[in-house]
Amino acid sequence: MSVQDVAVQKAAPPPTPTLRPRRWVAALQSLVLPLLAIITALIASSVFIIISDTELLALWRDFFAAPSIALTASAEKLRAAYSALLTGGLGDPVRIWEGLRTWLATGDNTAFIASLEGIDRTLVYSTPYIFAGLAVALGFRCGLFNIGAEGQLFVGALASAYIGYSIKGLPMIIHLPLALAAGAAAGAVWSAIAGVLKAYTGAHEVVTTIMLNYVAFRLSDYLLTGPMKRSGFNPVTPPVEPSAWLPKLAPDPLRFHAGFFLALAVAYFVYWFLWKTTWGFEIRTVGANPNAAKYAGMSVARNYIIAMGVSGALAGLAGTNEILGVNHFMAQAFSSGYGFDSIALALLGKSHPLGVVLASLLWGFLRAGATRMQSAAGIPIDIVQIVQGMVIVFVAAPALVRMIWRARFLEEEAETIFTRGWGA
Amino acid sequence: MTPTTFDWTTFRHTHLRRERVLGVVYLLMGLLIWFLFFPSVEPGAQAKFGLNLVTAVKPPPLPDLVVPARGTILLVGLISAFIGGYQLARGFRDPQALMGVVLILFFVAFIVWATAGKSFNLTGMLASTLLRATPIAFGALSGIWCERTAVINIGIEGMMLSAAFTSVVVASAVHSLWWGLVAAMITGGILGFVLAVLAIRFRVDQIIAGTAINIFAVGLTSFLSSSWLSVRQDLNAAGNFKPIPIPVLAKIPIVGPIFFNVNIIIYLMIGLVILTHIVLFYTRWGLRMRAVGEHPKAADTLGINVYFMRYVSVTVGGVIAGLGGAYFTLGSVGRFDEAMTAGKGFIGLAAMIFGKWTPIGGFIASLIFGLADALQVKMAIMSVPIPSEFLLMAPYLVTIIVLSGVVGRAEPPAADGQPYVKE
Repeated sequence: MSVQDVAVQKAAPPPTPTLRPRRWVAALQSLVLPLLAIITALIASSVFIIISDTELLALWRDFFAAPSIALTASAEKLRAAYSALLTGGLGDPVRIWEGLRTWLATGDNTAFIASLEGIDRTLVYSTPYIFAGLAVALGFRCGLFNIGAEGQLFVGALASAYIGYSIKGLPMIIHLPLALAAGAAAGAVWSAIAGVLKAYTGAHEVVTTIMLNYVAFRLSDYLLTGPMKRSGFNPVTPPVEPSAWLPKLAPDPLRFHAGFFLALAVAYFVYWFLWKTTWGFEIRTVGANPNAAKYAGMSVARNYIIAMGVSGALAGLAGTNEILGVNHFMAQAFSSGYGFDSIALALLGKSHPLGVVLASLLWGFLRAGATRMQSAAGIPIDIVQIVQGMVIVFVAAPALVRMIWRARFLEEEAETIFTRGWGA
Repeated sequence: MTPTTFDWTTFRHTHLRRERVLGVVYLLMGLLIWFLFFPSVEPGAQAKFGLNLVTAVKPPPLPDLVVPARGTILLVGLISAFIGGYQLARGFRDPQALMGVVLILFFVAFIVWATAGKSFNLTGMLASTLLRATPIAFGALSGIWCERTAVINIGIEGMMLSAAFTSVVVASAVHSLWWGLVAAMITGGILGFVLAVLAIRFRVDQIIAGTAINIFAVGLTSFLSSSWLSVRQDLNAAGNFKPIPIPVLAKIPIVGPIFFNVNIIIYLMIGLVILTHIVLFYTRWGLRMRAVGEHPKAADTLGINVYFMRYVSVTVGGVIAGLGGAYFTLGSVGRFDEAMTAGKGFIGLAAMIFGKWTPIGGFIASLIFGLADALQVKMAIMSVPIPSEFLLMAPYLVTIIVLSGVVGRAEPPAADGQPYVKE
């Protein structure tokens, strides 16, 4: 983006609520590329599913003797895998229907509720993804690559857990916001370190945030085995007081909680912050062209610090959400790499809050489905990371997707460059 | 930094103040050495440093180095305070360089404090420093090959991890460590080439391409190791390269056991440091690499094929990262564990920056990181009253401090990270 583009953006207000039909076409078209990227990644990961199965591999060795056996066995394996993915992420439609019928007939809703487990898991999993994805997306908008979301998530979780269990007897209306704020603040401080270093010394945020990740992990090791340890054998914190829990919104076997709506609200907040406030405008200008921003009288250093801080606060909220909404205590293994996954989400969502929310829902679905794939079809859950790596590549390289699918209709779009080397 | 004309006002504001700050910092470091380390050492306690390393090759034994703990700490603190005072009063010509000296003094005081009343094998620690520096140095070298032609390689970590995996599997399958090494190089080379294609042909943001390689590598190796290696344990038992003593040189006291009685991968690393230095600064190829990294357009105008240079260099960088990956498995433990590289590739990048994109500098920086790592392990064994988690943070904290340019500002190749579009 050049200076003129930035100026044009300022002059032309962001899209008005009334979308013209042409906008819809454009919006749909912008969905094509991410979708193709996901499809490509899923097809490629099918290959990994097949080669990871030693029995199937043995069949493929005799491919020329009996091709149909290898093919049908592989197809069967993939069918089992992907149907497990679907039922794990959305639920089994037959069970849902049966449950609904029983409920309507007898008034007993336990079967119906149990059948909603898939969709419940998807929503619960996607909540931290939304927070963490927004964190990375906001960084991208300022030209910052925050790989440290995972570490910020850890310190956010530690802080909120501490506030959650150490303060007793507060009413929920004070305790919950306090715990949330503590998590966000801790994440913000942690990432602001990288922001300050970037702003004043030029230390590249990619390396500093990764290093801060390791420091955060060791710090949480220390706190969980020492000062913040609950009495007993396990290195976990004492339970968080119920007054700091994010309220649960679904009956018991389900875990759906208010965090999901909080995440949506925060997504809207990020949209408002980036596109409706002066701070957001400055952040986007610095992201588009730091030199132009400096020339226009904006402080690049200040914006780096602000963007990094807000980004860290969002990542901290991702950790806080897991502590206050799901686990209700902090354990070392509370995060399944949400912070790292969020990079793919921000790219997939084109660093737009709405896109991030959609990508997070998809990711929550994949994660929920993959858990089921592991238990039902014996496919290691790490497959999600393989899909993720490929999605990042395909989303970041539209030319690659165009080449694979021979899709000339996809327009060349201006590809944003985030990298500005190691220096300023 | 663009060269500007000399401006006295700015000079006074930036430099003079900075010099005074540095003087105060050095002075405070001296005081810190006294206050931190002096009181907790018992009067008359002695720090005993062993200089002999028990190995197959026996250099002539040396007597232990014994120093009085309190006296040494006092002396070291005094020197640091003196440097600070002199800096404030008169000023050194290069106050930045003294930061290194002061840090070394602090480090000496720390070791003496930790050793007081105990004994500490100095040669052993230096030997393990080299071992721990090796993967970092490979990472730094890989980074240098890529970035000298202006392609940022943040995927070193992933390349190392993948190569560590394939090397073990191939070496176990064919029962030959050498083929394992070859497999590691091929794996690294392929991933390097993939990065090159993404960065050059498809002009993907280089940091994103590298991150994708990292995530992909972590996912794929974890996936395959939990679906394959957990079933086929026989594919995860490669054994490792044994140290090869170099005849005469291994007998030199201290230096011998550290540098001349190590395994082949470490010799390769040292060889590559020298080779890269020669290639980069004394050959036509190296000149072209640097030209492509500094000003690709000018290089192109002079008939250098920018894309070809970048493809080859980045692939070579991948091969080197692959060797670094093989070190984790074939060079040390002989088996693969999930996420075993533990950020060494990233630390390698920091070492590259610290070493100002030169092979020798990168190697020295790797040794410093290796030292932080080795010391951390030693301190945990010696039960120093610092929680082990904080000691484990040391290498990462040192990386952050180094990157922040405390030890001087580094200049990357001018075109680093920018895709080149031929007109």
